[in-house]
Amino acid sequence: MSKKIHVTTSINGKETEFLCEPRQSLLEVLRDVLMLTGAKEGCNNGNCGACNVLLDGRLVNSCLVMGAEAQGCKVQTIEGIATPQGLHPLQQTFLEGAALQCGICTPGFIVAAKAMLDQNPKPTEHQVRHFLAGNLCRCTGYDKIVRAVLEAAALTNK
Amino acid sequence: MKDIDYAAPKTIAEACAILQEKGDKARCLAGGTDIIVQVREHRRDIDVLVDIKHIPQVNALNYDPGKGLTIGAAVPCYRIYEHKEIAKAYPGLIDAAALIGGIQIQSRASLGGNLCNASPAGDTIPPLIALEAICVIVGAGGMREVPVEKFCTAPGKTVLGRGEMLVQLKLPPPKPRSGAAYLRFIPRNEMDIAVAGAGVSVVLDEKKEKCIAARVALAAVAPTPLLVQEAGAALVDGALGDALIDKAASLAQAAAKPISDMRGTAEYRKHLVGILVKRALTIAIQRARAG
Repeated sequence: MSKKIHVTTSINGKETEFLCEPRQSLLEVLRDVLMLTGAKEGCNNGNCGACNVLLDGRLVNSCLVMGAEAQGCKVQTIEGIATPQGLHPLQQTFLEGAALQCGICTPGFIVAAKAMLDQNPKPTEHQVRHFLAGNLCRCTGYDKIVRAVLEAAALTNK
Repeated sequence: MKDIDYAAPKTIAEACAILQEKGDKARCLAGGTDIIVQVREHRRDIDVLVDIKHIPQVNALNYDPGKGLTIGAAVPCYRIYEHKEIAKAYPGLIDAAALIGGIQIQSRASLGGNLCNASPAGDTIPPLIALEAICVIVGAGGMREVPVEKFCTAPGKTVLGRGEMLVQLKLPPPKPRSGAAYLRFIPRNEMDIAVAGAGVSVVLDEKKEKCIAARVALAAVAPTPLLVQEAGAALVDGALGDALIDKAASLAQAAAKPISDMRGTAEYRKHLVGILVKRALTIAIQRARAG
């Protein structure tokens, strides 16, 4: 087997080191090495967005990033979104609006929606739907998700 | 994924040395949106991924109104469309860079990767052809340049030889009174592979009534992205209007050699080529007149 690679990175603001096999994706490292199981494996080919994380501030599918590529990067995952003070407004509105059923897609939707709100705090419904096109939900449908994102934006802008 | 190695060379020479040694068993990693999936799904059998993103030249993105645009082979789509000057100078390229995959894919996927993946349906390839982009290739034998329309040789195959890598794409500066556009057809609004695509460019005369140059390129209707020279030539010198645009569109249709597959029948794709070329030309002409 190929030699493991030593990677130094920052995950949710915390300096983190890990050893990974060269063949492991960032998603596999997060889930199987670092036990951060918030990011989900859905399609494992870049279509569904369930594994979304921020890599140096950009929204990516962590199944399409190799673990070794995270060397020197800042990674933000769903685990870093709530604060000790409480849930993020998106988490709050997803819960209140029942914008989920099975919940597999939810971490990806929340990470993606947060990436959008950070750059565009007052999106239109069309902009929300466009931005979230790379996130798939196979049970509840998109209306409740889009409404929850718009409500979180309204809460934040209050 | 099968057991592989990961290399992160810091220079072109180091990368080429690995590519030379391993041949087909090594593959460059830029954004990874195609290659990682192909290795995982056993569609490409490799032993080493060569992450080229630590090489300065492949991350370069430079625009000079006098010299044109240089795009490093690993520059992700978002850096191109978020660059205000580039977005203004090359709207036809932005049409494609901003519609590939979703936001997540655009964070990583590069034009160089789209080219090296050599899919007949690669969205950024027709506008690169229309804009006369040149591939800068480096290997043990030195540097060579290949026009984008000659880069792909078959589905998944390119002119890159053993030990060679695509380093940059070079686009000439936009000519005065020029415009370009890319349109594709997919059955949904986002996140799909083109059933057919058309990238076009035009340069108008001083009165903006005639074309003095035009290029028409197609996606997903042949084994490789296709430059249809006769369609571009038909637009030159005639009075710009529906008749001339229709003529170029039918020549593009005639050159298209599509297959039938799960995305559409050959007949449907031929029909789409006509519509897409007409619409893309109309947009490119509007842009040229407005510019």
